[in-house]
Amino acid sequence: MRKPLRSLLSSPVFWRGAVSIVAFVILWELGARSKQWMAPELFVPLKEMLGAMGFKKDYLPWIGVVPAPSTVLIAWIAVLGQGGYWQSWYMSLFRVMSGFVAAMLIGIPFGLLLAVSRTAQGIGFPVFEVLRPIPPLAWVPASIIFWPTQELAISFVTFLGAFYTIVINVLGGARSIDLHYFQAAQSMGSSQWDIFRRVILPGTLPSIVVGSAVGMGITWEVVVAAEMISGGGSQQSGAGGGLGFFIWSSYVGGSYEQIVVGMISIGIAGFASSELLRWLGRYVTPWLRVR
Amino acid sequence: MDMHQPGAAALTRGRILIEDVVKTYPTEGAAVMAVDHCSLEIEAGEICMIVGPSGCGKTTLLNAIAGFHAITSGRIVMDGETLCSAEKPKAEPGPDRIVVFQNGALFPWKNNLENVIFGPVMQGKLARKQAIDKGRAMMADAGLAGVERNYPGEVSSGMRRRVEIVRALMNDPKALLLDEPYRALDSLTKSVMHEALLEIYYKNKVTIFFITHDLEEAIFLGHKVAIMTTRPCRPKKVLTVDIAHPRDYSVLTTKRFRELIEETSEAVHEEALKAFQAGEREG
Repeated sequence: MRKPLRSLLSSPVFWRGAVSIVAFVILWELGARSKQWMAPELFVPLKEMLGAMGFKKDYLPWIGVVPAPSTVLIAWIAVLGQGGYWQSWYMSLFRVMSGFVAAMLIGIPFGLLLAVSRTAQGIGFPVFEVLRPIPPLAWVPASIIFWPTQELAISFVTFLGAFYTIVINVLGGARSIDLHYFQAAQSMGSSQWDIFRRVILPGTLPSIVVGSAVGMGITWEVVVAAEMISGGGSQQSGAGGGLGFFIWSSYVGGSYEQIVVGMISIGIAGFASSELLRWLGRYVTPWLRVR
Repeated sequence: MDMHQPGAAALTRGRILIEDVVKTYPTEGAAVMAVDHCSLEIEAGEICMIVGPSGCGKTTLLNAIAGFHAITSGRIVMDGETLCSAEKPKAEPGPDRIVVFQNGALFPWKNNLENVIFGPVMQGKLARKQAIDKGRAMMADAGLAGVERNYPGEVSSGMRRRVEIVRALMNDPKALLLDEPYRALDSLTKSVMHEALLEIYYKNKVTIFFITHDLEEAIFLGHKVAIMTTRPCRPKKVLTVDIAHPRDYSVLTTKRFRELIEETSEAVHEEALKAFQAGEREG
């Protein structure tokens, strides 16, 4: 964050990372253009050998059919000027954030309640544990039927993606607080409320941060799949239906470069939101920054 | 008379009487007895060292005084007030008896100064501003100036222990209950900590109930050393250390210190052996 540029440029970690990414892009470019520089006949003996072993030739993947990074870049620059692309970004981001924020707002108090009250745990936890193994994507059809709009349905599914992880982390974090902190606080005259506010809450904060970061990752996975399955939601406005739908419609439309554009866009969005959370996490747990 | 001997000074608070205390843990089958008819008298302002092998039940006794665990029978009285008895088996934890734990219990999310002022602010005894002034002064007194704004995780383990003792003293307790606080420290740090503890003690007279398994530590620090039997725990031998306070590290090389070690080491060794053999059987 506060690292000056110079120390970044002199860091071997940075250069290793940069070299790794550049090498990956070069290999991809070479692979995608392999039809141009490599005679396909070269592989005939290999294919025949595999064929003799019982593999059908069609089963072999060929990186030559994947769009090259250079063509992807061109396609990307082309969509940058289109409102539909940015609309996709906005819609996915909005769904992720609404689902995620709802999961935080409901999940953190719920997890804390389960942690501090045996009664609440006895009532709430069994239902929670029965529902938890159901993958969020299995909820998509039921969710579309249940919620009045498809927009709410997708947000609900992303909510589920983050909710379970956050609750489990909060619960586990609160339970693993050292008993001695409670005893010390009690000896020094803390009320139950003081103990909750000054021991349980800060003691759980690191787990809340971890749970949120993991939950955020799941949210992006879920939103993309949900958009693909549900057909992207509000079509009537003419706008696209999120980055997941952007990829799917590119596939259906045969624009392979755009598929990759969509994939990388999601990668960037996921990375940026995780980074933001990590930064916020460090900010709220300053004592973990030491050493 | 030496003013550093307990009872000699005007100190009249912090006298602890442990009377016939029994603690059994119910388990499947037979109940396990952790403390067996244990009686001990701790004078006001005395440093009483409790020596016994690991797992002998000394911590159970400390938890009973602190009010973290109930006793089965007997009575613990502090300054005439019954803390716990058969009728009221669990004492109320309070700022008059502060525990310094084996692994430390400074709140890692609060900086050292915030930790130190926690007690008085919680109890409403001091306004935040006053508590900060007092906390700073006491930290400076204990050689902790400059680390007020650091988190406990940023300072050495020896410093953390000192911060924790200052935090305890900020509550103006009658007694400090220390549960092997220096166990995790290396021996060099430990020797520095012993002198630091005595220095703090000479400035703030409180009763100190100090659990350890280190005989040298016990005789160096204590007015009184109680050697405990291993499970169930009761005093096997109570020794009055007739070396005058204030003490410093030169005491360790005196003839009297060595004599006292020799007098007691056999009793300690016996119990350690018993504990070891019991462990062998269980294992």
